[in-house]
Formats: sequence, C-alpha cells, structure tokens
Amino acid sequence: MIRAFYAVLELDIRQIWREGSVSLVIAFIFLALTLVPFGIGPELALLRRLAPGLIWVIVVLALMLSLDRLFQGDVDDGSFDQLRMSVLPLELVILAKILAHYCAVIIPMVAVLPLAGILMNVDLQAMPRLMSMILAAGPALCALGAVAASVSVSVRRPGLLTALIVMPLYVPVLIFGANLSMGVDMMNGQTSALDLGLFVMLLFSGATLILAPVASATALRGV
Amino acid sequence: MPPSPSQASQTIAGEPSHQPFGVDAWPSSYGAAALRVEKLHVRRGQALIIRDLSFAIDAGHAVHIAGENGAGKTTLLRAMAGLLPADFSRMQFGADALFPEDMHLVGHREGLKSRLTVWENLKAVSQIMGGASHAPQQILQALQIMGLVSHQDRLVSDLSAGQRRRAALARLIIVPRPIWLLDEPLTALDRAARDLLDHMVGAHLGRGGIVVATSHEPLRFAERQLTLAHAQPGEGLA
Repeated sequence: MIRAFYAVLELDIRQIWREGSVSLVIAFIFLALTLVPFGIGPELALLRRLAPGLIWVIVVLALMLSLDRLFQGDVDDGSFDQLRMSVLPLELVILAKILAHYCAVIIPMVAVLPLAGILMNVDLQAMPRLMSMILAAGPALCALGAVAASVSVSVRRPGLLTALIVMPLYVPVLIFGANLSMGVDMMNGQTSALDLGLFVMLLFSGATLILAPVASATALRGV
Repeated sequence: MPPSPSQASQTIAGEPSHQPFGVDAWPSSYGAAALRVEKLHVRRGQALIIRDLSFAIDAGHAVHIAGENGAGKTTLLRAMAGLLPADFSRMQFGADALFPEDMHLVGHREGLKSRLTVWENLKAVSQIMGGASHAPQQILQALQIMGLVSHQDRLVSDLSAGQRRRAALARLIIVPRPIWLLDEPLTALDRAARDLLDHMVGAHLGRGGIVVATSHEPLRFAERQLTLAHAQPGEGLA
C-alpha cells in the first residue's frame, strides 16, 4: 500500500511537470507583480510595505488557478476510475495528489519568490520568513483547494464554482499568513511571535491534511 | 460459438509471434468462486437505469451484456465496480462481498495519462493497481503480448486509438484479478487484436476467472447473453 501511495505521488508529480502547470503559476505571479508598480506608483517605501501582502494574495490566486483541475483531468481520461479500483483507499489517493501538488507546484514556486521580492523591493532578510510562512501554509492551501476541486468535479460545469468555494476557506490562511509576514519589517529582531505563528500554521496545515482528504473523498464518491 | 478453456492452447492465425498464452504474473487458478448479484437497482439522476437485476456467473464463465444504447450496460459495469452508488440485496464473490480489488474495468475512457509514456503508465498500473513493487518483466511481457514493445517509450497522446486500447488491456495482464469487466472491448481493435483478446479471455476463463463484457457485436468468448432492456416497471431482464 505504501508502494502504491508513492506511485500515485510520483505519477502526479511527473504529470504536473509535463503539463507545465508550474511555469504557468510562476509566470502568473511575475506578471501580476510586474503590473503592481504601474498601478500604485514607483514609491519604493510603499512597495516594500505592501509587498508581503501582495505576494500572498497573488500566490493564493495563482494556486486557485492550478488547483481547479486537480481531479478533472483524472475523471475525464478515466484514470480516476482506475485509482478508485486500486489497492489504496480513496482518501489516501487524494492525500497523495495533494502532496504531489505541494511538491511539484508550491516548492518550486517558493524557490523563485526571492526574485519576486527583489522586484517588490522587499528587504532580503525578510524573505526567509515570508517563504517559510508560505511553505508552512502550502499543505493547507492545497488541501482546501482539493476539497473545492472535488465538489466542483461532481457538478458538470463548474465554471467559477471552485474559486467561490475555495475563497472563504482561504481567507483565514491568508489573513493569518499575510499579517505575520507583513509584521516582519516592523518587528526587527522580535521573532518569537513569528515562530509561534509558523508553528500554528504548521498545525493548521497538518489538520487540513487529515480532514480534507476525508471530505474530498466523500464528494468524489458520488461522481 | 463454443468458448471453452481449451482456447488457451490455440494459436492465432496470422500472428505467429504469439506463443501459447502464458502469463507469469497470473496464478494457475483463481479458485471456484462465483459472482452473484441480487436485486441490483442503479439510479442516475432521477432515472432508474437498472431495476431489480439478478444474475450469477460461475467461475470460468463469460457473460455478454447486450442491450440498446442507454439500456444501462456501462452503468451496470460501473455499479459492479463500485464506481456508482447502487442498491442491492447482495453482490458477492465467492463467500465474500465483491471488492473493487477483485475486478478490472476496461472502458471507453482508457485511464491512461496522455502526457506519460506507455511504459510509465503501465509501471504506475503495476504499482497502484497491484500494490506490488516495480516488476519490469511483467510489464515487458504485457507489452510483448499486446505488440507494444516498440511503442513503450512513446507518449500515450501519440498513439492511435487501437494502440491506446491495447495499452489499456495490458492492465489485465500485469495485475491478475479474477473478474474482468470489459466495456465494449472490441472498439478500435483490429482483427489481430480481437483474436488476441479472445485468446486472453480464454486463458483467463481457463484459470477460473470471470468475464462480464458489453458489446453490440457478437463476442466469441461468451456463451451466455444477458439482454438489458430500458427499465420499465416490472421489467428487468428480457
């Protein structure tokens, strides 16, 4: 069963790479960030203040785009049926797919965030905080996205449904993560609150990784 | 047309490369467990597609499910595979409940990832469906039997419909499961591949396997036919 779990993980990572979803997500983030200074003006101090929050918002939007089709492709080509007839319980299949998305999209995306930081004039010393916060929130973002994607798969034409379902779920993560990352500049040296925040975020991610596959599997069994 | 386990020893005309059918991964016998379905009802949306259907299939036998478009052939197979919510008083394989792990389903949608190669797809099949460690020899044998060895490194999206169907059927060889649910298995297959399928099914039945196949064409390997009618009150099987 562990073998099968890794196989689903590997299959999905390979699949995501071949489809080029990562480059789409990264391109979206950079396009959006490039446009920001044109919109709010080239005032460096203002950019620096807004940057962490803006990066968070754009990252979350980019993930919504990529998570939308988490199950749709598998359902369309019939491989979802095969996964359901595999030796793995559906919950573990979904967990593997969530983790694959995390490995194949979030980690590469976070790896290029320092470049985005330079673009937004963020203090480079603040970047590791922002990056670790997004890394810690990543599993939660993927897991919540999976729940929304599985509900919208059971509807024939989801349209904006996925985004509408996922938005309220993302709001707490966004408020929490972005606020703590914003604080970085002001709380020079006082890192204990941030460490606590990171810890809470990791706990939240862990909890969603357990709960989301169960919820998602319930929705998908009706497909 | 008398299908029988002895088909396993026939050779196929025009396909001299195939040896008498032997697959290393398959057990010599699946035992004598029979498949039993009683009082199956399946709904899709508001419509009752399958109404009060009961049948039993003994080990080593194949059944041809016939019926008009929309009569519920695919629905029946998917419900048996546990992919659709269904009501039934009993769905049993031998003495146990029928589990998805007892069955293979090969359907219209092949379940292959188009951006991956044939080999990558089949490797995933052996690990995910079989739960076993990577078994390159089994995959290679399946590719040889299905005539796909020279295509193993091509992307599935570059294959023809018939080749994709062959790759999907390779699952049956790589992961041994006693019950095969084949939804229109002849679609897109050429004559040689149809003979090959007959041959494969014959060998499977010879080991005590069970095959349930839908088709609008005659199936040489099935001695029994079950005709589904559109579900009317008081009507199930014709």
